[in-house]
Amino acid sequence: MTTRAVERPNHAERPQAQDVAAPQLRSRHLLAIADLDADEITLILDTAVAMKEIGGRAIKKVPTLRGRTVVNLFFEPSTRTRTSFEIAEKRLSADTLSIATATSSVTKGETLVDTVRNLEAMSPDMIVMRHSSSGAPQLLSRICRSTIINAGDGMHEHPTQALLDAFTIREHKQRLAGLKVAIVGDLLHSRVLRSNVLLLKMMGADVWACGPATLIPVGIERLGARATTSVDEAVEGADVVMLLRIQNERMHGHYIPSVREYFALFGMTPERVRRANPDVIVMHPGPMNRGVEIDSAVADAPYSVILEQVSNGVAVRMAVLYLLAGRDERDEGVNA
Amino acid sequence: MKLLLKNGRVVDPANGRDGAFDVLIEDGRIARVEANLPANGADVLEIAPGWIVAPGLIDIHVHLREPGHEHKETVATGVASAVAGGFTAVACMPNTDPINDHAGITQFILKKAAEARLARVYPIGAVSLGSKGDQLAELGEQKAAGCVAFSDDGRPVATALLMRRALEYAGMLNVPIVDHCEDPSLKGDGVAHEGYHASALGLRGIPGVAESLMVERDVSLAELTKGHVHIAHMSARESLRAVRAGKDRGVRVTCEVAPHHFTLTDEALEGPIKYDTNLKMNPPLREAADRDAMIEGIADGTVDLIATDHAPHHADEKMLEFDRAPFGIVGLETAVPIVFDRLVHAGKITVRRAIELLSVNPARAFGIPGGSLSPGAPADVTVLAPDARTTVNASALRSKSKNTPFDGWELRGGVAATIVGGAVVYRG
Repeated sequence: MTTRAVERPNHAERPQAQDVAAPQLRSRHLLAIADLDADEITLILDTAVAMKEIGGRAIKKVPTLRGRTVVNLFFEPSTRTRTSFEIAEKRLSADTLSIATATSSVTKGETLVDTVRNLEAMSPDMIVMRHSSSGAPQLLSRICRSTIINAGDGMHEHPTQALLDAFTIREHKQRLAGLKVAIVGDLLHSRVLRSNVLLLKMMGADVWACGPATLIPVGIERLGARATTSVDEAVEGADVVMLLRIQNERMHGHYIPSVREYFALFGMTPERVRRANPDVIVMHPGPMNRGVEIDSAVADAPYSVILEQVSNGVAVRMAVLYLLAGRDERDEGVNA
Repeated sequence: MKLLLKNGRVVDPANGRDGAFDVLIEDGRIARVEANLPANGADVLEIAPGWIVAPGLIDIHVHLREPGHEHKETVATGVASAVAGGFTAVACMPNTDPINDHAGITQFILKKAAEARLARVYPIGAVSLGSKGDQLAELGEQKAAGCVAFSDDGRPVATALLMRRALEYAGMLNVPIVDHCEDPSLKGDGVAHEGYHASALGLRGIPGVAESLMVERDVSLAELTKGHVHIAHMSARESLRAVRAGKDRGVRVTCEVAPHHFTLTDEALEGPIKYDTNLKMNPPLREAADRDAMIEGIADGTVDLIATDHAPHHADEKMLEFDRAPFGIVGLETAVPIVFDRLVHAGKITVRRAIELLSVNPARAFGIPGGSLSPGAPADVTVLAPDARTTVNASALRSKSKNTPFDGWELRGGVAATIVGGAVVYRG
């Protein structure tokens, strides 16, 4: 299974008969890690290995999605994720366009459903959406013909982030099962937290979630993480330390007294990292708040893989687009 | 004009009656309740075996949306929905546009209700002008115009001082203050019960104590003022505890629970339709322990009555992201099947208790006519079909809005006929 998946992107460069036995994703959308199983996650990560190779070529383009239209619909500001998707789409030769809230009809009072129905009238194949409301992609998936890819919905999930994080961890550790992963930061408001806990738990990792008591969501253990307010306990012997952004406005909900105190109690310093395994890697989904959740000395240390995460994001998103498009093709074949 | 309800099982808890009787209605009033009454020229409504003849059901918590939100519901469509659900009377909340804080609006609603000639309508006036919490509305004038209670529903009575004064003033008028209990700072911008499912779905949570803190305030103020506070749509087990403690020390506190709060839990948000906005209501669906506590309170008498919090919203308004959609679901036409299926047939309560919860106690708590089949009383009667198989069909609801989470549910229990003032206004 692994070998085939790795080879497939190259095969896709020339027309080929569909291999019915080839592994594929069950859903035509990617809405949440919660909807995937371990085999599907492995398939995406394996496919991303081949996609990463394409990004290393002199001519970083394959014709896989030629003639496909992908709309990047971003209702929240995003630089990293949107750029990452755009580059992934272009490397696969898709026709892409990006819509940000400031230029959309959303500001004119149109509903999400109407906005997307209007876009659909122009026959896109895929819609990549970032939205501030949890569940917005689920709403669209019930009314849309297009494939929906969730690029982050509210406080719910950010599935491609968790996939690129897993890809990065796997590159360094050659496995996910059995690793101790400590996630430290604003757990309550984080879609990255939810997707990562679900994914890592499913793949057999030992996931610890750490933050101030005010920022730990109720029932986090049931999601699959061990919760602690002790950063030392979380980091002790960790193979991976992942930091989550603390937003300055969190002082207003009385979540933290000050960013200064947050850094004193939870900020990831070189001293705290020393409690982890010697071969620890430190991750951050970005954007970073240096001096709040992460000390610059950690962010820029050799064990920091933060920029690798960004690079890998393109490969993982190419894999997701490729697998969903392939699934789409097969559906059309069945329906014909 | 005479109507004879023939061969029914009459359940009339107010008169301690439960047995095979005929009910004779003359000139819009109950004339006689006896066995084997002769027709003597009366129209005869044959009651099928197993059906129950009960005093008309009363829903003291509905939103009729008129004036101002006629795209959701009107008084006419609301009372059509009411009688289809077996309710002969409803009390309607003041959060219309404009807010019902003035006798002119009460009179307008009553005029619309009189034109519709279906269920009786009892307006509930706003406690404060515009329900803003700044200044008492003219409660005396409003009562004279026809208001039976006062509430700033949709939001809590804003301050302890206003609640205190409202309870004192309404106590003088002998009407209850109905409070939507919710601490605004704890509710924040929450949209679902604070628990595992909200966490998993990334929805902002509202803890049960956001409700119970305000219930405790109100119970204490009712104790201080000797006024009557009625707790609307209670959902949290902590609130039930507060009401029970208040009742134990003789405070004039009554409370209601809505069918969705003793039927559904927050787990429903996970699917089959994830983020279904027809599962978004305030207070939110809570966890199983809360749902079970509501059933326990209903069974042991802590809960005085069942009210639907019928809250119609247009389909367009619900077709939004979960956190942007309005709170509320329609409830008038699903209440009876749910009460029978989930409470009576489930062995939690008796038929007699069901009728106390849906008719006797609402009438008593709000001091409105009805709740009994005493000779001389207005002939408001609901004929219930406890074993009827009901499949909820949202698109077939009489209400103008179809926002129900119970679409497609198969329930045992239904309404055979609704009679208001001696006129059969609905046949199931």
